[in-house]
Amino acid sequence: MSEPAIEVRDLRKSYGDVEALRGIDLEAPAGTVLGLLGPNGAGKTTAVRILTTLLPPDAGSARVAGFDVVRDASELRAHVGLAGQYAAVDENLTGRENLEMVGRLYHLGRKRSLGRADELLETFGLTDAASRLVRTYSGGMRRRLDLAAALVARPPVIFLDEPTTGLDPRSRLALWQTIAVRVAAGTTVLLTTQYLDEADRLADAIAVIDHGQVIAEGTSDELKDRVGGERLEVTLEDPSQAEVAIAALAPISEDDRPSCAGELLSMPMRRDRGGIAEAVRRLDSAGVGIADIAVRRPTLDDVFIALTGHAAEHEGAEDEDEDEEEQGEEREERAA
Amino acid sequence: MSGLAYAISDTVVLAKRNLLRIPRAPDLLISFTLQPIMFVVLFVYVFGGAIETPGFEDYTDFLMPGIIVQTMSFGGFVTALGLAEDLKKGLIDRFRSLPMARSAVLSGRTLADVATNSVSLTIMIVVGLLVGFTFDASFAEIVAGIGLMLLFGYAFSWIFAFAGITASSAEAAQAIGFMAIFPLTFASSSFVPVDSMPDWLQAFAEVNPFTTMTDAMRALWVDQPAGNDIWLAVVWCVGLIAVFAPLSVARYRRAVSR
Ligand SMILES: Nc1ncnc2c1ncn2[C@@H]1O[C@H](COP(=O)(O)OP(=O)(O)O)[C@@H](O)[C@H]1O
Ligand SMILES: [Mg+2]
Repeated sequence: MSEPAIEVRDLRKSYGDVEALRGIDLEAPAGTVLGLLGPNGAGKTTAVRILTTLLPPDAGSARVAGFDVVRDASELRAHVGLAGQYAAVDENLTGRENLEMVGRLYHLGRKRSLGRADELLETFGLTDAASRLVRTYSGGMRRRLDLAAALVARPPVIFLDEPTTGLDPRSRLALWQTIAVRVAAGTTVLLTTQYLDEADRLADAIAVIDHGQVIAEGTSDELKDRVGGERLEVTLEDPSQAEVAIAALAPISEDDRPSCAGELLSMPMRRDRGGIAEAVRRLDSAGVGIADIAVRRPTLDDVFIALTGHAAEHEGAEDEDEDEEEQGEEREERAA
Repeated sequence: MSGLAYAISDTVVLAKRNLLRIPRAPDLLISFTLQPIMFVVLFVYVFGGAIETPGFEDYTDFLMPGIIVQTMSFGGFVTALGLAEDLKKGLIDRFRSLPMARSAVLSGRTLADVATNSVSLTIMIVVGLLVGFTFDASFAEIVAGIGLMLLFGYAFSWIFAFAGITASSAEAAQAIGFMAIFPLTFASSSFVPVDSMPDWLQAFAEVNPFTTMTDAMRALWVDQPAGNDIWLAVVWCVGLIAVFAPLSVARYRRAVSR
């Protein structure tokens, strides 16, 4: 086996008496996406900054693309791309000038820098805006330009710190696609996010981090299993049909006997059993009337409650506010 | 390419970036150019008549070297504000993650200042000639004066680079600069003869580098006795660069965007 593209051992960092990282271990094989999932203040940005040589660690070691973040810092920089938490683009340059400048600073030379800039502008749908000053760009366009800047030198490892925070759903999808294309081409990605669905969609492996520690790691499926996976929630037209519904759904439930309270039947779904479509078919052929049916996916909050026994504390929010915070249920794949 | 060649090309790339922004956000340069013009008008027409300057043709000949020294010392503001803004916008993080020379962000800034200082120096000379300033100098002395002023402005750009990379915000960098430079320029020979000051202030004004710089410019441009001023002026400039360039680069290496 070749060396992992990212290898972190017992990494520690404090700011004064704030312990931002309390000894984290991470590993990402080349060509994979590692998702660093955690709430605000968990230490994600600190980890990214250490791995891109912006901050020296207090203790522990980290290697990226085979280079030590402390000893080989300057060689390491030639092999990574960074898109920070806030789009770092020059407002008073055009999109093309921004990318050309970054190419020149990677020492690609003028001609290659310009060629690469035009290629990336095309990839990110910014060709029409290429000659406009960035200060006229929307938030989504800036983000895309920032990501393009991280890719200018085709680095083997890229770091994306909350790349889709603040983006509208469409830009978010477009960005996910671009990242997926880079990964298919062999790039290793470390991505931080506060959203489980983003980690789910992109990451081969996820490390959940809270208060500077990795509190769980695994594939998306493994993590979801720990929080109970997907739940199916069916609202029955007629509560008296509960028993029939339970019998019909038992084979695709993780529980032996799905529970039903009044007209609401709720159960953890088994994976690879046809999902919601199969549930609808089964209820239909059993003659059960469905008022509403939905799959509820675990949210980051669910992961946190399952892993830590408490809801994720968002930085700045007082403890007593927790109850008021809407435990937003994400209802997806709602069947008609 | 060698490390030095990269450092130079990185510096040029960034200097170009800094210069591109000037016509695109011209308010900054305009205010830095208008303010000294206002000072010229104010001092020549309002205070000038009340200030005795024995040994000079008129107050304008006395004033212009001094006010040009002051103008050059403020040119580095563009660097301080630009760096503070780059820190705020996260651009410093991006630059520090790139395999470029550690000095290039700062030397690109200070090099761009030399270009903007050349523009404001030209404007100041033209304004001076319009309000009646006359050179009493050879062509070589005029050119030497221009060279000295650009060197002086460059030295101050490094002081501002240090302020910009250290201060917590652009506003703070600006406040530090004004607080430090205005008293220094007024407690020097730039605007009034040092003889006219109280003794304690004279003692300070004599060793103030603004006095040295202004007297050197008067020696070069209006034929005043030079003494050691010209050499001392060069030594001051080189000394400031030798102190503040490494200090600023050391700061930059640890700078983290806010
Ligand atoms: N420059 C800094 N000075 C002091 N504390 C900091 C600094 N940067 C981050 N922190 C603190 O370190 C912790 C981790 O922050 P960060 O790595 O930014 O988390 P995340 O990116 O996951 O939101 C937080 O408690 C934050 O307040
Ligand atoms: Mg962060």
